[in-house]
Amino acid sequence: MSKIITNVVCPYCGCLCDDLEVVIEGNKIVETECPCELGSGRFLDLDIATRIRESRIKVDEGFKEAKIDEAIERAAEILASARRPLIYGWSSTECDAIRVGIELAEEVGAIIDNTTSICHGPTILASQDVGISTCTLGEIKNRADLVIYWGCNPMQAHPRHLSRYTFFPRGFFREKGQDDRTLVVIDVRKTDTAKLAKHFLQVKPNYDYELISAFRLAIKGYQVPDSVGGISREKIEEIAKIMKESHFIVIFFGLGVTMSGAKNRNIDNVLSLTRDLHRFTKCVIMPMRGHYNVTGFNEVLTWETGFPYAVDFGRGHPKYNPGETSVIDVLLREEIDVALIIASDPIAHFPKEIAKSLMNVPIIVIDPYESLTTEVASIVIPSAVAGIEVDGTAYRMDHVPLRLRKILEPPEGILSDREILSRILENVKRLKGR
Amino acid sequence: MLLINNGYVYDPLNKIDGEKVDIAIKDGKIVEESQINPLEAKVIDATNMIVMPGGIDVHTHISGYAINAGRRFRPEDGRRWLEPHTSIRRSGAGYSVPSTFVTGYRYAIMGYTMLCEPAMPPLLARHTHEELNDTPIVDTTAFTLLGNNWTVAQYIKRGEYERCAAFIAWMLRATKGYCIKMVNPGGVEAWAWRSNVKDLNDPVPYFDITPAELIRGLATVNEMLKLPHSIHVHTNQLGVPGNFEITIGSFDTIKDAKVSSIRGERKQSIHVTHAQFSAYGGDSWNNFESKADVIAKYVNNHPYVTIDMGQVIPGETTTMTADGPLEYNLHSLNNLKWINQGIELETGGGLVPFIYSRASPVNSVQWAIGLELALLIEDPFQVYLSTDHPNAGPFIRYPRIISWLMSKQSRESQLQKLHKRTSKRSLIGTIDREYNLYEIATITRAGQAVALEMSDTKGHLGVNADADVAIYDLDPNNLTPQKIEKAFSHAAYTIKDGEIVVKDGEVVSITQGKRFWVNPQVDEDLERMMLREIRRTFALFYTVTMPNFPVQEMYVPSSNEIKIDATYIS
Repeated sequence: MSKIITNVVCPYCGCLCDDLEVVIEGNKIVETECPCELGSGRFLDLDIATRIRESRIKVDEGFKEAKIDEAIERAAEILASARRPLIYGWSSTECDAIRVGIELAEEVGAIIDNTTSICHGPTILASQDVGISTCTLGEIKNRADLVIYWGCNPMQAHPRHLSRYTFFPRGFFREKGQDDRTLVVIDVRKTDTAKLAKHFLQVKPNYDYELISAFRLAIKGYQVPDSVGGISREKIEEIAKIMKESHFIVIFFGLGVTMSGAKNRNIDNVLSLTRDLHRFTKCVIMPMRGHYNVTGFNEVLTWETGFPYAVDFGRGHPKYNPGETSVIDVLLREEIDVALIIASDPIAHFPKEIAKSLMNVPIIVIDPYESLTTEVASIVIPSAVAGIEVDGTAYRMDHVPLRLRKILEPPEGILSDREILSRILENVKRLKGR
Repeated sequence: MLLINNGYVYDPLNKIDGEKVDIAIKDGKIVEESQINPLEAKVIDATNMIVMPGGIDVHTHISGYAINAGRRFRPEDGRRWLEPHTSIRRSGAGYSVPSTFVTGYRYAIMGYTMLCEPAMPPLLARHTHEELNDTPIVDTTAFTLLGNNWTVAQYIKRGEYERCAAFIAWMLRATKGYCIKMVNPGGVEAWAWRSNVKDLNDPVPYFDITPAELIRGLATVNEMLKLPHSIHVHTNQLGVPGNFEITIGSFDTIKDAKVSSIRGERKQSIHVTHAQFSAYGGDSWNNFESKADVIAKYVNNHPYVTIDMGQVIPGETTTMTADGPLEYNLHSLNNLKWINQGIELETGGGLVPFIYSRASPVNSVQWAIGLELALLIEDPFQVYLSTDHPNAGPFIRYPRIISWLMSKQSRESQLQKLHKRTSKRSLIGTIDREYNLYEIATITRAGQAVALEMSDTKGHLGVNADADVAIYDLDPNNLTPQKIEKAFSHAAYTIKDGEIVVKDGEVVSITQGKRFWVNPQVDEDLERMMLREIRRTFALFYTVTMPNFPVQEMYVPSSNEIKIDATYIS
């Protein structure tokens, strides 16, 4: 007997598409109706070989399988006695788990941070300097006539971004879909997204700041140098003219802009460009958030503590000072003595020196799947997959919150992130005599 | 069981004006004293203290996309006031944009127990409710933004009021909202094209409907549905010199509307919010002046109008509103960082930090206008205390406003510190009226309860009311501005649903409040027809599918649903 579940929200990338159809037989997904490989993979590869089935605790040189209660108890003991714990990850789980995680961080005086620190942290820093003119994705679908992708390649990383939200679809004021829009791509290489663009500007690596400045000059009618970052004056002036003549411009940008050259100053500049364009027309901008709920972590942490990422509870109150309280920096200073890693794989993604520093302390990992981080962990607690085996809230890259669905039972004995964290928190409170 | 003995009680809905009445509480409700065994009850000695119902804030931006964007982009505001975690309280941060836990605590400490979040974009309603769930102690409700909604505009344009009513009913249910909120009707849609509407008769681009038609249309639908609150309106051209005529025009637009509500309690058919921002004369910032007297006179002659103050507090704050063009104008004025937001088919918004400077003639006159409105409107049931938190100032300054209202001397000393043009451009220096505590209880509690039609359980201390009580250490026979501000800043006790949550200005226990929302039901066939049309709108223009749009039950865990049978609309 197969069952078709419609309008499933996809817990993969920041697009958070909510129109998937999933076919279930028994307690198994057999098919998905979804044009995106990444999204379908999430559902179809749910039970691949790297799925963790049992908790385990490191002993001497090896691991021993442990009962979940024992693993939770041990994790709580380590956290409760830690002097400077780090709690990191979060971007691939749902908001209720994050809420419990924040309370746990507060209880043990931890530093809590998520992958924002290594992706769009500079975007948040820049928006704290100049603000940001943005919108929900439907505004773009219905209105945008100029779509610019800068330093990102959604055809690979957010496969349905152009087809569902931005370039191809018909919108209320864009009845002919792509024929009503102009696509511009700015990148250091000719990506699959760039191949679709009417105008592709191949900027030299680390020349984004200069090119943004050139656009700001051009739209205000100032003289632009003959060539900026490998782009000719004519081209810059041509694009600037298209910008000023458009009715609704959107700029999407990715890690190519946030993590190269001037980092947050790049973003500062591009946010200011959208602001400048408001003298002439409507212009909005949006970071291409990667993980499906990286935005959700920023939202929850902000409303509970006042700050979006990199919060240090060491003094009892939230302290936010990226560069000091952000994950890379505390690891660089070798400050922490325990790390709880959840829904992320930092050993695979951090710079080598930082990963090494992390490996020097006991690591507790909560994750459905094996990763490089589980390889070096002291305690591994498997969890259910949020958005498939657990319900909850996630925030799309444009801050639209959606309800993730539970469509399958998790494997026997496997708890959700929020249950595991709640039980660790309970144990910590008990150990601390609360 | 609780007994509050020997306090001076101010309970306008029960006409108790400072008399010594003992209040008995059992099972979270106010009960007859005979229901209580005085030997078993905990007794609070309120001698030389005043007792009021828990405060109600009819308009405070505490939850959802906008305030969170404010927190996110203003860490400097967060760092201004950090609060540690204790054995009872969660930690938090923020002065004008406080985090959710401390928002609940600070309101409770001031004796407030019911808050209205006034700007919930339907598409982001889930976010609003998530934050309200993390706002401890206080009861809450949220107003659904509908004044720039495409579907509403199209229905009203076509004169299809029944379908519009069916749509509004569905929207309120889908968003778990309380009332129809309108912000710069038509103007926010125009702002999506970087434009605005200049007055009540300026048509919205493409939709070809005027703000006046939108206001009249939604007011009509509001009364058709018998909603407990009236339309809640942020007027066009808000914050712009000379806008008082648009405000009067907005009132006039619906002067023939007949009030018709579920419990027949409210008298208003329009509530104009933060009216201070809508009472401006002059035609530029140079000849900017107060027209509060004109607005007040109109309100005095028209019982179908209520307002809240939007009182300016000199100092730094964060402005946030669904009124996108307004925020762009503010940014152009002060050149500080600016957030803009557009929300598909529904609304938009923006944020800008702002400093109300005592040295600025404009800001000084703005300060005067809010107070003038409260002092010149005769019936305190028509004007409510607010700062449009945090737009004109953070809510923690309410006690200061109370002292200004209660003491001419307090106003005079503030006026001394402001720009000297204030007295010429406003009447504030000539007004002798001083509010008494009975009137304060009206503009901070009783009035709101009536305007929201919650006075069965809220805003008073009669039998069967929710046991939400504020006790302030203030002797009514010995009032000074300093004592007033101090007492209202830190309640001696705040009692929520019968439990003592604040004692001596400190949070002593945490409770979770209720969420109020309205669920009107129109005729089934009508709803089916409307839904058929909406389904198409979702399929073509929204970026979320229709089944994923409505806020699920789990987002309102302590739900207080108000069902309305409107099946007569067909």
